[in-house]
Amino acid sequence: MPVPLNHYLILSGLLFAIGVVGVITRRNALIVYMSIELMLNAVNLTFIAFSRHLGDMGGHMFTFMVMAVAAAEAAVGLAIVISLFRTRQTVDVDDVNLLKG
Amino acid sequence: MQLLMFYGFGFFALFGAIGMVMSRQPVMSALLLIVNMFCLAGLYAQLDAHVIAALQLIVYAGAVMVLVLFVIMLLNLREKQGIVSKHQVALQAVGISALGFFVTAIIARLEPGKLPAAKEPAEGFGTMAAVGKLLFTDYLLPFEIASVLLLAAMVGAVILAKSKV
Repeated sequence: MPVPLNHYLILSGLLFAIGVVGVITRRNALIVYMSIELMLNAVNLTFIAFSRHLGDMGGHMFTFMVMAVAAAEAAVGLAIVISLFRTRQTVDVDDVNLLKG
Repeated sequence: MQLLMFYGFGFFALFGAIGMVMSRQPVMSALLLIVNMFCLAGLYAQLDAHVIAALQLIVYAGAVMVLVLFVIMLLNLREKQGIVSKHQVALQAVGISALGFFVTAIIARLEPGKLPAAKEPAEGFGTMAAVGKLLFTDYLLPFEIASVLLLAAMVGAVILAKSKV
């Protein structure tokens, strides 16, 4: 029996919600980064589910682009985390408040 | 059978995601996120997106997460103790339940009858040949932009992480 589209949407929504909670409650910059990746993955799942449902491969292309952006984001984001750690000896996002007015 | 596999993959994906957010140790978080990404790759394969499933394993679970693990081990982090981290588990449990209920309630209101009916995928849906053909015809411009973006990101990462100019 094929899986209804709703099931995929609910799973993807739950994964996105977990990612949002991770971004809000965690203070470690790396965990925040991983939560953002989780949210990107949840959106990818929605794209693929709709792509299969509608029989249109446009969703695959969007997922492909999201993956490319995520890879670029990983390289730059982790480089920023490393240079942040080098100057402040912390990756706690609460301690990085130089731009706070 | 398909439904059973969906529930299996879905359960482990949720398990990995919740464990990732709640775990105290960054290394454990990264490993649980890899579990989550493996399960999502299984779901993609089930949805006939074979290329995307392979890319998910190679790019996400392979390259990106190895990079994250590498940085976590390089930095040797400790979680700071504070008011937020003391009540963090309760806060996260409440947050996940509330947001999860909200999202589920919204999607449950979606009426499947109003959506376009499910189509049977065409021959070769989601295969390497089909994806490659689409990528080099209709989506050529985004593809080239992605390559420029990756080049810029590579140069930027090297300059940012370099210790001395």
